[in-house]
Amino acid sequence: MAEPIGLERAKIVVREDECKGCGLCIEACPEQVLFVHKHLNRLGYHPTGYKGEGCTGCGICFYQCPEPGAITVYKKGYVGEEVV
Amino acid sequence: MAKQLIKGNEAVVKGAILAGCRFYFGYPITPASEVAEAAAYYLPKVGGTFIQAESEVAAINMVYGAASADVRAMTASSSPGISLKMEGLSYCAGAELPFVLVDIMRAGPGLGNIAPEQGDYNQIIKGGGHGNYKVVCLAPNSAQEMCDLTILAFDLADKYRIPAVLLADGFIGQMEEPVEFPPARTSLPDKPWAIHSDADDEKRLITSINLEPELLEKHNLHLQEKYAEITRNEIRFEDYQTADAELVIIAYGVVSRIVQTTIDDMRAAGRKVGMMRPISLWPFPSAHIVELGDQVKQFLVVELSDGQMVDDVRLALNGKRPVHLHNRMGGMVPSPEEVQERALKILEG
Amino acid sequence: MAEKVLAKAESFFDIYDRNPSPSKDVTHYCPGCGHGVLHKLIAEAIDDFGIRERTVLFSPVGCSVFAYYYFRTGNIQCAHGRAPAAATGFKRTHPESIVISYQGDGDLAAIGTAEIIQAANRGENFTVFFVNNAIYGMTGGQLAPTTLVGQKTTTSPYGRNPANEGYPIKVAEMISTLDAPVYVERVAITDAKNTARVRRAVRKGLQNQIDNKGFSLIEVLSVCPSNWKMDPIQSKQWLSDNMIQQFPLGIFRDRTGEVPAAENKRHIFHVDGLREALELPVETESTIKVAAPAPEFQDPRIKLAGFGGQGVLMLGLMLAEAGMHAGYHVSWIPSYGPEMRGGTANCHVNLSHRRIGSPTVSRPTLLVAMNLPSLERFENEVVPGGLIIYDTAMVTRAPKRTDVKALGIPASTIADELGNTRGANMVILGAYIGYTSILPKEAIFAAMPSLIKRKNLIPLNEQAVEKGMEFVRNLRG
Repeated sequence: MAEPIGLERAKIVVREDECKGCGLCIEACPEQVLFVHKHLNRLGYHPTGYKGEGCTGCGICFYQCPEPGAITVYKKGYVGEEVV
Repeated sequence: MAKQLIKGNEAVVKGAILAGCRFYFGYPITPASEVAEAAAYYLPKVGGTFIQAESEVAAINMVYGAASADVRAMTASSSPGISLKMEGLSYCAGAELPFVLVDIMRAGPGLGNIAPEQGDYNQIIKGGGHGNYKVVCLAPNSAQEMCDLTILAFDLADKYRIPAVLLADGFIGQMEEPVEFPPARTSLPDKPWAIHSDADDEKRLITSINLEPELLEKHNLHLQEKYAEITRNEIRFEDYQTADAELVIIAYGVVSRIVQTTIDDMRAAGRKVGMMRPISLWPFPSAHIVELGDQVKQFLVVELSDGQMVDDVRLALNGKRPVHLHNRMGGMVPSPEEVQERALKILEG
Repeated sequence: MAEKVLAKAESFFDIYDRNPSPSKDVTHYCPGCGHGVLHKLIAEAIDDFGIRERTVLFSPVGCSVFAYYYFRTGNIQCAHGRAPAAATGFKRTHPESIVISYQGDGDLAAIGTAEIIQAANRGENFTVFFVNNAIYGMTGGQLAPTTLVGQKTTTSPYGRNPANEGYPIKVAEMISTLDAPVYVERVAITDAKNTARVRRAVRKGLQNQIDNKGFSLIEVLSVCPSNWKMDPIQSKQWLSDNMIQQFPLGIFRDRTGEVPAAENKRHIFHVDGLREALELPVETESTIKVAAPAPEFQDPRIKLAGFGGQGVLMLGLMLAEAGMHAGYHVSWIPSYGPEMRGGTANCHVNLSHRRIGSPTVSRPTLLVAMNLPSLERFENEVVPGGLIIYDTAMVTRAPKRTDVKALGIPASTIADELGNTRGANMVILGAYIGYTSILPKEAIFAAMPSLIKRKNLIPLNEQAVEKGMEFVRNLRG
């Protein structure tokens, strides 16, 4: 059986409906790959978005974010389903 | 069964341990200190824990934590200390935590003195803490009952998930009498709601907060239902020479002992007097007092306060019969002769 | 948690069902609030250490009062400031549990100051996370014990004035003056570097508890954008620029390396040897025979009085204990209430064939007066036909009453001759039982071992009782 191939590139997934738009992740991201969406989410905040590339999987945004489930960071080599 | 001459305050602790209590948190105060001292002496010998807390407030909150677990826990104090415990009592009542609180009442208000009084009746029975709650309240009048009612208090507390108070006065706490100790409980009641430190704990929550008025009213109604059930099931009292009595004296705690002598002396002189002693102050034997009122012409309440229990007697009788009050305060205790004098005056109109 | 993903910890509930709000997938905290970050670090550590099933979280009063919405652990929510007391109570019942006391600055450093200091001083084996944001959050921005000098709050509208409100309390420093705590550190949720320090501190505080090392407190400087009236990013800047100056970061106590790890043993309920431990009496066949005393001596109501040190209370206890051995109903009560005044030591004893009513004796049938003040004070209380026994060595006059019996005995002198002046009480006891036959001396002797702590004194006390009986015999001729 072949080894499963992990993620080739790290990525961040933001659950928009859990984001309160505090902006701490955006401010802290060393690669500046996060941005503020123009639209409002269910809670009435402008959620964070990911530019789609450039994430190094450093996890700084994850530990800056006060919401337990708003940000998930997948590092390079991650194998498995996306956490839901 | 062999008896042991023992102080009421110490009988409480032996009773508690026989009931399966292994955790005591308290603060010293006269005339309740012997409860803490006995707990400090005996609990370590039976694998239990005694902690002298930094305050009465801390003590009852330690009980809050211990009573959240699947064990039996208690604390004790005397009137000024009980005032400090009122916050914790209300929280325990709200969170439905079973434990036993012992109040060896002394005279007040304020620092007062260390002589006996019954001035905590309203504080315990009418709810000295905030919110709508009741506590089971048992009033021993002997060293034997200091043991037996402590055990009963634990049982009722666990049966109904409610704090239970043993309300005694300084006399009952300081007095030594022979006590026959029952067999020890060999297991503790199941408490599926309690925090066990196991995998099911994630489903368990101990709290008294409820921000939603609808839900908090529902919780209050649940408590009221429980209180009604306790009132149906757990009223306890003792009648003494009431069968043909024209005057019934109502008294609890040490006063009921004094009044017993009054009754004996008056009966020896042919007077038809009797005594009714509430053993459960809450639930109060109101219905029984009404029943007695069918036959008894008048009532005399004797208590060591400004007249606190007498209100409940009057509420029960609702004007059906005259209710007289003979009371002392500040640590003064009436003699049997003093009570007799008052009773004779009433009988003679 | 696998290293390759940073996601919501399993120690959080998936859905926050306990939250009555319709949004059950987000916390109730304001945007940018530090509580959420600390929650995440704690939950992650609980996951990583595999301790979720035995963790119990104590929620305080303050913004984190609802921490129990989120943590998939045992949860106990308690009164304002009392978490360290409640946590103590619970931890003692379950030493194997992992107990977290999560508290804010008003809770821990104002209303709960006593509880935290004393729990720390007892070295309770639990972990305290102290969130210091220099303001009351839940109640809407009032002065906290940690509010900075000059900082405006709704109850310090002109800025904190030390002349009126004192200075900010430095909790980590204060706790680290105590001997017991194992680990005290102050950290701050600010940038990535400082937040990594918070993460390390959280894990160390919990690891210490797992290893049964004792008390750990982590003070966490944290932002409160809503009540500081700043946005979250400004808030972090303000914290870095102002709070850290007042509350320097660092380790204030670390004895982690000195304290050996130990196992947290579960408390086991048992009743082995319980009756022995409680020193309960062993069933014995009583062989004590009581002769019937004359009717006037039956069912005595006794008042015993003397100076403190004359053994009046012991005399009463001996009577009650012996009475119990002889099958009487008995009661004993020391002078108490109004009678405590006056420098005399009194006690009241009842021996009866019936259930005893009043334990206090207002009209004694027997008065024992071991000094003159006692005789003067209580002589008139004795019922007509009653008995007064007094120590003629101490009481310089005979009772004035003519309607009572009086028995004078030089008890102190007799005891002195025996070599123990303090034995006068037992001489009196001997005289009393000899005079009235209320109890056989065997009942007294049977009572002695449980009341006289120094066993070598028992023979002397027995002799004193015999001497008292002998005196009465000689009196009668």
